[in-house]
Amino acid sequence: MSGNKEEEDPRINGIKTKIRVVPDFPKKGIMFQDITTVLLDPKAFKDTIDLFVERYRDKNISVVAGIEARGFIFGPPIALAIGAKFVPLRKPKKLPGETIFEEYELEYGNDRLEMHIGAVEAGDRALVVDDLIATGGTLCAAINLLERVGEEVVECACVIELPELKGRQRLKGKPLCMLVEYR
Amino acid sequence: MSENEVKDPRIDGIKTKIRVVPDFPKKGIMFQDITTLLLDPKAFKDTIDLFVERYRHMNISVVAGIEARGFIFGAPIALAIGAKFVPLRKPKKLPGEIIFEEYELEYGSDRLEMHVEAVDSGDRALVVDDLIATGGTLCAAMNLLRRVGAEVVECACVIELPELNGRERLEGKPLYVLVEYR
Repeated sequence: MSGNKEEEDPRINGIKTKIRVVPDFPKKGIMFQDITTVLLDPKAFKDTIDLFVERYRDKNISVVAGIEARGFIFGPPIALAIGAKFVPLRKPKKLPGETIFEEYELEYGNDRLEMHIGAVEAGDRALVVDDLIATGGTLCAAINLLERVGEEVVECACVIELPELKGRQRLKGKPLCMLVEYR
Repeated sequence: MSENEVKDPRIDGIKTKIRVVPDFPKKGIMFQDITTLLLDPKAFKDTIDLFVERYRHMNISVVAGIEARGFIFGAPIALAIGAKFVPLRKPKKLPGEIIFEEYELEYGSDRLEMHVEAVDSGDRALVVDDLIATGGTLCAAMNLLRRVGAEVVECACVIELPELNGRERLEGKPLYVLVEYR
């Protein structure tokens, strides 16, 4: 995990081989990292969750925040296993209660990430989960939302990192844990 | 669950955690908000456990979860019973070869997509979403699975709005829910 090759857990290679790379999706030049093929292998999916759970179970994490939508696949199983609350961070207008939002940049234009107010309390220790970190823009927005309500963001956890996009540098100094790099 | 069964004591705890938000997304709709359930680790765990206990011995090979709240419940169920998890998604999100089903909205229609290679004949499938209202989305989900030859064993939802008669749109397939909202 986290690029420390000497101690790479043997389960990681099994996970990496299950990730399907789809060229030119959603547009030319992008090598899309498709995790749906990992989800089709019950052992690989379980190993993915187990690796994160083993890392976080003794870190007193009280909140797992998952980014819509693929963060909703990995975040809830982690939350359940470590006994933490699960908080969905959503696209605009999906959450019915009172929300706060953060804008983040897309290649063309902006988007927003929303969170319910009152979901988490100041003093909660939070983990942010998504399937992949690219530029880090969405994760940065997630960190901002949680910090604005007084959360301590302990770490960000992703299955895949695209290190050439330098997303790590956009995490406001928060550590990143990832299982697989794609170069 | 049918009304004749003795109700599992965990169900009341789950029901009390669901927040009803009036007039969302528009006037007259009493929105069933499950995010408050997810904030209670015991209630969330109980929800998943109730489904897992029902399905673990039914030889389910695929759990299909409907974007996006079906992912939150479907993925943990799949993991616990050792089944594949297949996300059924809004248009243009899945990168591989897909099939789609259209379903009606109040105004207009939408599409649900599935990767064709994810599921095949011989798979026994469970469809999961947080809630069944009119049943249109679940019906589309079942059609996708059946088109690739899978057997849909059951649909599972946390909440049912029985007055909308969604059950009748499931073409005879059984529906299992934990909580009704009338």
